[in-house]
Amino acid sequence: MSKKDLRLKIDELSSSIGVFKGLDIQIGRIVDDEWDEPMGPTPFPSIGTLRDWDRKLLERYKPFYMPLCDLCCLCTFGKCDLTGDKKGACGLTMAAQQSRIVLLACCIGASTHCAHARHMMNHLIKVYGRDHTLDIAINTNVQAPNTRLVCGIRPKTLRDLEDALDYVETQLVQLVATAHTGQEGDNIDFESKAFHAGMLDHVAMEVADACQISTLDFPKGVADAPMTEIGFGSIDTSKVVIMCIGHNVLPSVDIIDYLMENKLFEEVEVGGLCCTAHDNSRYDKRAKVLGPISWQLRYIRTGIPDVVVVDEQCLRTDIVDEAQKIGAPVIATSEKSMLGLPNRTHDPPDEIVDDLVEGRTPGVLILEPDKVGEVAVKTAFKMKPKRAGFKPLSMEKLIELAGTCRSCIKCVRACPNNLPIMDAVKAAAEGSVDALAEIQPMCVGCARCESACPQNLPLVSFLTKAADEKGMTDSFAIRVGRGAVTDVEIREVGRGIVFGEIPGIVALVGCANYPRGGLEVADIAEEFLKRRFIVVATGCAAMDLALRKDEDGLNLYEKYPGNFDAGGLLNIGSCVSNAHITGAAIKIANIFAKRPLRGNYEEIADYVYNRVGAVGIAWGAMSQKAASIASGCWRLGIPVIVGPHGAKYRRNLLGRADKEEDWMTLDGRTGEEKYVGPVPEHLFYSAETLEEAMVMTAKLSMRPNDTTKGRAVKLSHYIDLHKTYYGAMPDDLHLYVRVEADVPFTMKKEVLGIIKDKGWEEGKIGMLDPTLLDRMVRRKS
Amino acid sequence: MSAKMRTGQTAEIPGPKKAHVIPQPKVAASLIKKAKRPLLVVGSNAPKLKTNDGDLVDSAIRFLKTGVAVVATGHLVKTFRDRGTEVYSMPFMNLGDRLTDPDWAGFDGEGPYDIVVFVGSLYYMEWLVQSGLKSFAQDLRTLSLSNTYQPNASWSMGSMPVKNWLTALDEILKELEEEK
Repeated sequence: MSKKDLRLKIDELSSSIGVFKGLDIQIGRIVDDEWDEPMGPTPFPSIGTLRDWDRKLLERYKPFYMPLCDLCCLCTFGKCDLTGDKKGACGLTMAAQQSRIVLLACCIGASTHCAHARHMMNHLIKVYGRDHTLDIAINTNVQAPNTRLVCGIRPKTLRDLEDALDYVETQLVQLVATAHTGQEGDNIDFESKAFHAGMLDHVAMEVADACQISTLDFPKGVADAPMTEIGFGSIDTSKVVIMCIGHNVLPSVDIIDYLMENKLFEEVEVGGLCCTAHDNSRYDKRAKVLGPISWQLRYIRTGIPDVVVVDEQCLRTDIVDEAQKIGAPVIATSEKSMLGLPNRTHDPPDEIVDDLVEGRTPGVLILEPDKVGEVAVKTAFKMKPKRAGFKPLSMEKLIELAGTCRSCIKCVRACPNNLPIMDAVKAAAEGSVDALAEIQPMCVGCARCESACPQNLPLVSFLTKAADEKGMTDSFAIRVGRGAVTDVEIREVGRGIVFGEIPGIVALVGCANYPRGGLEVADIAEEFLKRRFIVVATGCAAMDLALRKDEDGLNLYEKYPGNFDAGGLLNIGSCVSNAHITGAAIKIANIFAKRPLRGNYEEIADYVYNRVGAVGIAWGAMSQKAASIASGCWRLGIPVIVGPHGAKYRRNLLGRADKEEDWMTLDGRTGEEKYVGPVPEHLFYSAETLEEAMVMTAKLSMRPNDTTKGRAVKLSHYIDLHKTYYGAMPDDLHLYVRVEADVPFTMKKEVLGIIKDKGWEEGKIGMLDPTLLDRMVRRKS
Repeated sequence: MSAKMRTGQTAEIPGPKKAHVIPQPKVAASLIKKAKRPLLVVGSNAPKLKTNDGDLVDSAIRFLKTGVAVVATGHLVKTFRDRGTEVYSMPFMNLGDRLTDPDWAGFDGEGPYDIVVFVGSLYYMEWLVQSGLKSFAQDLRTLSLSNTYQPNASWSMGSMPVKNWLTALDEILKELEEEK
């Protein structure tokens, strides 16, 4: 580590008591002088340090803005209409306002992970001490690669991670300040700042996961992490059921500990939704993963949970109202989400339990994780018999209520996916719930339809009931989150990835705001697993891809191995585990290519951008966290595809394949600038359909550094997918074939015929040692 | 706000500048006829939307036959190909981006389009792309032929029952076919 409270270094000091040579006094921290890697040029970069790098990317990938609102209403000058070339009262343009909102979204996302990390670290330091050694992954020397890269420090203990988090917090304040009225005015500078927020986010996520892996004994990068169960059917409803929702595992850890200490685990089901579920199962595989975040309302409405424990992020903010409807108390556990509940942190547990069981309060706030376990378990045991009489919506009642529908179509207009809810309700009124069951898998669980319904029909419950028979009994296998990719794995596959022989890394990340249901994630995963890409997954996406079995009753986790190699399917873990995905890309540059890591962001990003064929897909991206996670990928040169709802992030970052001048790249050997083709074509891209996303994924996996063999492999996938989903050969192959040897052997005649008709000439597209950084040129001509 | 200006999704309300409602189908047809370089953008929902011709892909093929250039977004081009028709293909986002570039010479290299007509897209995607065009391609005229009002277009069909929309779409096509 490099930060210290005070360090005084004096070569020679003469005093009345003698002469001292080489005096080095340190007060506070000890400087890490053991790390022999020299400090790179950009340790702890400020908000403007990496601006030049960002601008290189943003010159190539210009924002296409799609304002979600034409107005700015952030100050009392407003509302200001920014439509077209109008400016606001402060002088701000529409482009700047859109990028400003992108920045704010990324700051919210990064702050959320940072606050999560801080809460976790403070608690874990209290329990384990600042000097607790970090142990993040087996067979791994390069631990915490994001932190090393960005901060220039090599964390070894929890204490060291505090330095990284201090830095992230400071930078986030700087970033938010730039969005104040009358500060930043240029849209590209706002975009650069959004990149900065994303980069910070990956440090914050890494800190959070490093803390919990090291202290809570989560799997440490093992390919054969244990299997647990996912799905409603994974819960034995005859047992006491505790439902944990959110992202911060600490309260749930206490529940599991309490169950183990009191030998109660056999009588209780601990089911989780969203990333808390991932991390519960990383802590103890007996914890069940109920499903993605979009299932929370659906699951509560079943009436199964006896107690609902919420921590933070992506919760339904009306969770107390919903839990009350089924008579289940809520225990809130985070200052970030107190939900209006009384703070009972310092009260005796039995008093709290009594008040909850007797219904004197719908829920409580307990901010000390160590008390949550006892209260949650005792309350759940007492609530179970009290709630035995609860009956969820019956089919008879559903049909009766459906008959009151006024056909106003407000439900359809409120639905993010415009699902034909009204027609399905009308059919239900006639006695058939088939249509309701059919649309249920495409429901994102937001319940906007219910808010819109003038009859107050419980439409989410309608859908749940209709799909009951199937959805409630299914259970699937899921490999628990393994955490980081190990150094040994990187050594084994680095060459194949950099030279393109492993066609790419597909990272399925993000939320569950899908346009046509979560099984599309399984479709994407399977398509690329069959093609021997490495598929890594986190968060809700890692859950949704588990939810389908083949004819042999196996799902993808059961069919594909969990190692970081071609055809491997890795559940990396929760949202904060996303840092291990960028970490893997960084480690390829560091371990395989031996590029220095320490405080050396630009060079590593340049390497990743030009050589590592990684593509992120956040098919159901919803949150600000998803925005900042993506933004951290962009700065590192990793393109991200989102689903159609992702267009609501207000802009895409799109390359222009038709503009040759945009794709000029330096040859690191000679300094000569050459055209390399549009690889990768886009940095942030919203696909309209799944099929489009899959074709684009194959295309975006190409990099200038691909060998001819690697490019041929990648082109074969691109061509094959294009022919399958577009019904013809791609019409842009002339932009990707550099020499004849790039063409897949079996397609040579056909492809060469097509590209020659387009005026293709061998050698026009350069094959070089690609870099965007002038300083990386070893010898200038 | 009139019923015709009721948006297809409740919260997707217009900004200060909003689309003119097409009062009659022949007005839409006239806008297309007067254009020198019209482009019809057909979204990926088109096969699901039934029309008097079969579905919106079939109707788009009728547009194509009147001389209007057609581009399919998403992976929709395969559906056209399966029906023996070749049209342009481009991702919706790329297309929106290109349309903001006054120097983009179109698919045929003959110059910019002067009116872009939209059908068959996901409602919110069309809303967003047209929002981008409203602010960043101010000289471009856009026309939405959906049966739900699109406030960010220059002109939009008003929200109407499907039955009325089918008739209107047919009338527009007949006007264009007569012209040809």
